[in-house]
Amino acid sequence: MTDAATVGVLCFPGSNCEHDVVAALEGLGAAARIVWHSDSDLSGFGGLVVPGGFAHGDYLRPGAIARFSPAMGALSSFAERGGPVLGICNGFQVLTEAGLLPGALMRNAGMRFVCTTVECEVVSSSSVLTAAVPTGTVLRLPVNHYEGNYTVNAEGLAELERNGQVVLRYRDNPNGSTGNIAGVANRAGNVVGLMPHPERASSALLGSADGLRLLESFLAAVANGAGASRAPRVAS
Amino acid sequence: MIFSVAVEVRPLEGIANPEGLTIERALPALGFTGVRGVRVGKLLRFELDAVDEHHARREVEQMCEHLLANPVIERADIHLEAVGGTQ
Amino acid sequence: MIGSPQPARSDPDRAAVPEGAHRALGLTDEEYAGIKAVLGRPPTAVELSMYAVMWSEHCSYKSSRAHLSRLPTKGPQVILGPGENAGVVDVGDGLAIALRIESHNHPSAIEPYQGAATGVGGILRDIFTMGARPIALMDGLFVGDLGDARSRYLLDGIVRGVAGYGNSVGVPTIGGQITTAPGYRGNPLVNVFCLGLLRREHLVLAAASGAGNLVVLLGSRTGRDGIGGVSVLASSEFAGEGATKRPSVQVADPYEEKRLIEACLELLSAGLVVGIQDLGGAGLACATSETAAKGGMSMEIDLSAVPRREPAMSGVEVMTSESQERMLAVVTPENLATVRAVCERFEVEAAVIGTVAEPDPDGVGRLRIRDAAGGEVLGEMPAASLADDAPRYRRPIAEPADLAARRAVTVTLPDPGGRHDDALLAMLVDPAWIYRQYDHQLFLNTVRGPGEADAAVLRLAAPGIAWQGKGLALSCDANPGWCAVDPRAGTAATVAESVLNVACTGARPLALVNCLNFGNPEHPEVMWQLTEAIEGMSEACEALGVPVVGGNVSLYNASDGADIEPTPVVAVAGLIERLASPPPAITWQEGDALVLLGEPASALAGSRYARDVLGRAAGALSPVDLAQHLALCGLVAELVAAECAPAPAGVLHGVHDVADGGLAVALAELAWRSDRGARTEVARPEELFAELPPRALIAAADPAPIEQAAAAHGVLARVIGRAGGQRLTIGAPGGAVLVDTPLAALGEAMAASLAGRLDAAPATH
Repeated sequence: MTDAATVGVLCFPGSNCEHDVVAALEGLGAAARIVWHSDSDLSGFGGLVVPGGFAHGDYLRPGAIARFSPAMGALSSFAERGGPVLGICNGFQVLTEAGLLPGALMRNAGMRFVCTTVECEVVSSSSVLTAAVPTGTVLRLPVNHYEGNYTVNAEGLAELERNGQVVLRYRDNPNGSTGNIAGVANRAGNVVGLMPHPERASSALLGSADGLRLLESFLAAVANGAGASRAPRVAS
Repeated sequence: MIFSVAVEVRPLEGIANPEGLTIERALPALGFTGVRGVRVGKLLRFELDAVDEHHARREVEQMCEHLLANPVIERADIHLEAVGGTQ
Repeated sequence: MIGSPQPARSDPDRAAVPEGAHRALGLTDEEYAGIKAVLGRPPTAVELSMYAVMWSEHCSYKSSRAHLSRLPTKGPQVILGPGENAGVVDVGDGLAIALRIESHNHPSAIEPYQGAATGVGGILRDIFTMGARPIALMDGLFVGDLGDARSRYLLDGIVRGVAGYGNSVGVPTIGGQITTAPGYRGNPLVNVFCLGLLRREHLVLAAASGAGNLVVLLGSRTGRDGIGGVSVLASSEFAGEGATKRPSVQVADPYEEKRLIEACLELLSAGLVVGIQDLGGAGLACATSETAAKGGMSMEIDLSAVPRREPAMSGVEVMTSESQERMLAVVTPENLATVRAVCERFEVEAAVIGTVAEPDPDGVGRLRIRDAAGGEVLGEMPAASLADDAPRYRRPIAEPADLAARRAVTVTLPDPGGRHDDALLAMLVDPAWIYRQYDHQLFLNTVRGPGEADAAVLRLAAPGIAWQGKGLALSCDANPGWCAVDPRAGTAATVAESVLNVACTGARPLALVNCLNFGNPEHPEVMWQLTEAIEGMSEACEALGVPVVGGNVSLYNASDGADIEPTPVVAVAGLIERLASPPPAITWQEGDALVLLGEPASALAGSRYARDVLGRAAGALSPVDLAQHLALCGLVAELVAAECAPAPAGVLHGVHDVADGGLAVALAELAWRSDRGARTEVARPEELFAELPPRALIAAADPAPIEQAAAAHGVLARVIGRAGGQRLTIGAPGGAVLVDTPLAALGEAMAASLAGRLDAAPATH
């Protein structure tokens, strides 16, 4: 059973963070369910998450093949209607490949996979992920990627900055990303991608619970019915 | 006709290529001191059955646009060669 | 009719086996005679190739098996001991862990990325074939000195390989260990450990039962990868013949394995398979014969049904290929359609390649290899003979001629009243360069990740298995320096250190798995090292109450005629009954009293200081008093467990074991991780770098409760100083200053150890 408050967590062959995202959302009292990528019917979900992992083995480019899955067509329609969509790590890569978010994620400048915990600053509240988190808030969030180096050309960057689409910035850039960008939103703010894993910072026992603030914000957008095919814009 | 296709995918000018830079930095230590501008991309090879070269090229261009290259960061150069008749 | 096949020269499966062909496959004349005795006739080409791989050292343990029976394997918690794909241990709440460690040494020497990556893939299959969800990996790495470009190339490639596979397949690598020593230059070691969690009722064995059941091959197509890998690569010495052996390199595909894991776990939890076995070394030859033998059944294999990646493969090649990411499942005919549907969903290829049959009328289960369904028989062997009839060798054992002379040496600290800052700084290693490349956080279980504490600490949970409050501590340890001077006492000390490491996170040890990496067993001194190590491991495991539930033996680790130092690697899993708060880390706070627990240590023989700074591998190793060590581990586990409870005792601020590198290195690691210095005093200068027995250092605002607890456990406790300031100062009685270094120097030394070497200099072949 799903209802408008349930979050769908897409799973491609090779995804691996889907269980973690469901666990973190459920820990916040939300309902969440894993959806296999071949499922083209996403009606009934109030929000969608594309989780981390290595969809299709990251072969060719991360996210390059995943974007053609049936579920991605439904996700695009959902996003166009203003539904809250969150891409985490590989999910961010999928959303940029699908053209739902600007820019691209390239190999880390250090040419190595990097798994560590970094500090990030919330720099815009104009997104479903950050609407409930004051700008200037510093969060300790795990990163875990080989291709997290966010790349966009100069005009693109200027436009992102102008529109408040840069939502999260690294304080100590782990991958060489342009403008220290850790997360960006689309123009409407309902689609967000970020390289850090908020679900991994979901318990003090695991070292940080800071990610919950972002997920709570996302869930608030889901509860507000941002996905009910209206309200494409989140107040900034 | 059967075409032998090579698609060279490479980073756009102006897009950083840390892999190439790393290799460029490694080469002088091995005595190769004259190397400049290393850029690392991908080379895809496959065979394609198409009516003629024009159609073959158009099909490969579409493949590049949709899947093989990411236009935000990459460009693709297509090399075609007819290698035989359709079976 | 077998035994007089019609010769067809162009067909390698049917051609008469030429005289002496067995030698090229690594079999001795005696072993060949043994095959003929089993079959009652000369083998066909397919049979010969299968015996060659199955009777190889790697698969048959023919040199070590007679000695391994010494190891203690029993315990009330042990569900499955050695001999299965993995050991299985009860952890309560209806759950069990499956654990195993294996080497992938020679493949990693030839192609470090693929060698290490396929090592990870292989160990994962050993775990999920039991029905367990793999939740943790650890790697034990041994390479040559990093001043050497090839050793840097190997380490870089190995780490990328472990990362490239483990991260992508979605299993966190939560710990491990790194040793650099010149002896590994030509023969690096890559040992990979995996642990999985399962519901006890989902435990599945690798046995084929039920006549008429179908044999289904799952996963990758079969190519010519790694043919003869176990017999050629893993069971003989090699001397840098990289270029010529490259054709047998197996290529890893973590994406295939990820889909295979999900498909197999779904098949197993739904009860859709009767038995399942992974394909590793010796490929189909091993998986078909072992499952048939364990079930006491016959099995018919149809070679034409095996999906191929390459054209024109012979039967010999199909049966012995080591193509990765394949599993063999036994399925009832009624369940086949459902099995196929599950596999299709995960995009895993499934092919019926044979059937299980009643044993032959003489009571023997036979493996029959046919070229097609109902077609010509290319091989027919008693299934159990491939695994069980392999020769067992009692190879000659001789202690080294110079043993007494080497043991008589006393290793002393030069200039005992002088400064030792440089020696200390040279011994510091920060493994973060390695573990930052590994996903060590997936599944939201990692409470203490690599580098944070002496053992990794995980919540005992997995996707589909909710956390019920328990914790798991994992430590992977080896100390070839100790074992080089005394393989028996050194191996016992290695076990002791590993058990202490899990105690330092509040855990009681549940089980141990080992990987015994040694040189050429045809050298009597190597056999002496091996038997001594097994003896030492047995003594320590018995005394400390830790059963050995699985192991792997890797022999012929030698290059250019020089055997590696004896390198037994152990991995200990421990249980934390109540994990509500993270156990104290390797850290201290301003003003903390530093309490050293354990028997005094002063001998330098076998220490890293003796090896790396003095260049001496001699002397008598201080034996560990195992009864005292058991008391120490009990004390430490009790103190730390009290900090993990829902209402932490609040006594301990930090804890760290004292072993490799001695007290000076332990203090430096604590100071560096805390970004805070200390002022301490050793009882005598040698205590700076003496490593044995393993001890524990505890940081606490008030030492009194610790001293009281130590007295109650009969453990020596001594306050050696206080934490604070920006310098690490170590003095000796009488006022001599042995070490006085600013924190910044510790940081620089740590940064230079691995990252400085591996990120700065180009790694070349």
